Amino acid sequence: MAGILVFIEQRNGNLRKASLEALSEAKRLASGAGLAVNAVLVGHGIGTKAAELGKYGAGKVFVADEEKLARYSTEGYAAAVRAAVEKSSPVALFMAATALGRDLSGRVAARLGWGCLADVVRVQVEGGAVVATRPVYSGKALATADGAGKPVVVTLRPNVFPAGIGEGKAEVEALPQVAGDIRAVVREILAKEGGELDVAEADVIVSGGRGIKGPENFALIRDLAKLLGAAVGASRAVVDAGWIDHAHQVGQTGKVVSPSLYIACGISGAIQHLAGMSSSKLIVAINKDPEAPIFKVADYGIVGDLFQVVPPLIEEIKKLKAEV
Amino acid sequence: MKSCVLMAHVPDTASVIKVPGASNRIDETDIKWIVSPYDEYALEEAIRLKEARGGAVTVLTYGPERAQQGLRECLARGADAAVHVKGGDGTFGDALAIARVLAAAIRKVGPFDIFFAGIKGVGSDNSLVGAMVAELLDIPHVTGVVKLEIGDGKLTAHREIEGGTEVVEAPAPCVVTAHKGLNEPRYPSLKGIMASKKVTIQTFAVADLGLDEGALAAAEATCRWKALELPPAKSGGTVLKGDEDPAGAARELARLLREQAKAI
Repeated sequence: MAGILVFIEQRNGNLRKASLEALSEAKRLASGAGLAVNAVLVGHGIGTKAAELGKYGAGKVFVADEEKLARYSTEGYAAAVRAAVEKSSPVALFMAATALGRDLSGRVAARLGWGCLADVVRVQVEGGAVVATRPVYSGKALATADGAGKPVVVTLRPNVFPAGIGEGKAEVEALPQVAGDIRAVVREILAKEGGELDVAEADVIVSGGRGIKGPENFALIRDLAKLLGAAVGASRAVVDAGWIDHAHQVGQTGKVVSPSLYIACGISGAIQHLAGMSSSKLIVAINKDPEAPIFKVADYGIVGDLFQVVPPLIEEIKKLKAEV
Repeated sequence: MKSCVLMAHVPDTASVIKVPGASNRIDETDIKWIVSPYDEYALEEAIRLKEARGGAVTVLTYGPERAQQGLRECLARGADAAVHVKGGDGTFGDALAIARVLAAAIRKVGPFDIFFAGIKGVGSDNSLVGAMVAELLDIPHVTGVVKLEIGDGKLTAHREIEGGTEVVEAPAPCVVTAHKGLNEPRYPSLKGIMASKKVTIQTFAVADLGLDEGALAAAEATCRWKALELPPAKSGGTVLKGDEDPAGAARELARLLREQAKAI
């Protein structure tokens, strides 16, 4: 039976949430279209995780478990994914549009001779083929595209599709040894200081822009973020000014995010910033300028001085949290 | 080292995007075209490499006539040679078709020791072409590079991942896609602008590369934009006045987020 194959990303043996979202979406589509859903898991010492994927809808999980695959490499992973594609002949290969997925998808698609629909926010099956919608022109338009009559790779934007957990145990099939020569090798992974939550993975983000006036005032942004279990984001202006590291930048030249809640403090909402966050589910803006473009995309906003608004907001949220 | 920079000529990111009714392409009437911002980082890195080690920088693009302006700009910034494969209308939005053309052009005008591209061409925002060209040329790639060191026949690249940085080592030739942070691109100098005018841009039709653009856009196509629409306008946000009573506005916002939006 034709179906959708989902590449599942793991880090240190932990399945990535964005991959489970992709798998859950594949399952939702497949149920309506009479397609099978299979998954492929790549790494070393990860076999015990495979059966778990049944809970998210995988019928069969192909596992490539080799020492050479312990760390991510584009070439090693591409070989494993291709082996799973050859075994299951899917109509589409899904993966999460994470840093890894974005790196892997182009190589795998070219190897298979397929197209790739990148960073999609909506996906459906029409006449047995996958059709997906994705933001283009910095989010100023939405393109709906397909694989031109061929199977296609689809990368799904994290935090857009819900991960649905159910019952079920997947059948596990080990792939034969696949990793050949790996030329580009990851030598080490430098973790960010203090184990800070990354904006690309966060469910809530509190961002600061030029309105915070100086790098020392990120303390206020961090206080609100900490209270909400949020990651700290930033506009391009403050990253360029050196107030905070580029890893925090949300926007066209930073990260594209879709959290459940995005709070923009002192950010005017230049198109370059909106490109990175306008698909957030709920947007809150705090800015002095009532004409700031950020208010055009905000669900809630306060026109006011963030230094006078954010501290009482922190106190109010603390009170509300204490009520539970 | 001989380096090759893959350049995409794209609508200015500040452009207003209009979609004519029932079309799969934007209205190009008032669009200003620019070198894709990430390609500026790619070009800058190639020029710095040349300045440090010698060699030459070739910029390659596949696109319509107007893409020559983008090539001229790259020459003005310090590239030595430019190659223009003309076309691209039928293959628009199909990253693999574009990569097939670029790879064929590289086989024709190469070899090169290293390739640079932006992490993505803004506009179609695919982030695919660099890796696809690498696969077609059977060489490694590293995407989203924010720091690069080049040694003897190999390179060490730092790429941003969620929560950290991966340090990747790869042999040359390799495709490196540039992310913001890799460098600060220079502006074209007057001398550069004058010198660039004397450079002859090498041009090819897709057919000169042994490929059939009609087939790439039809039977061999791998991606097709079926429809293009503007995102639904967001309206009806609740905006509170916080000038006179910021604490009151903060209290109301917290209440709305709690009771109405159920977000906290």
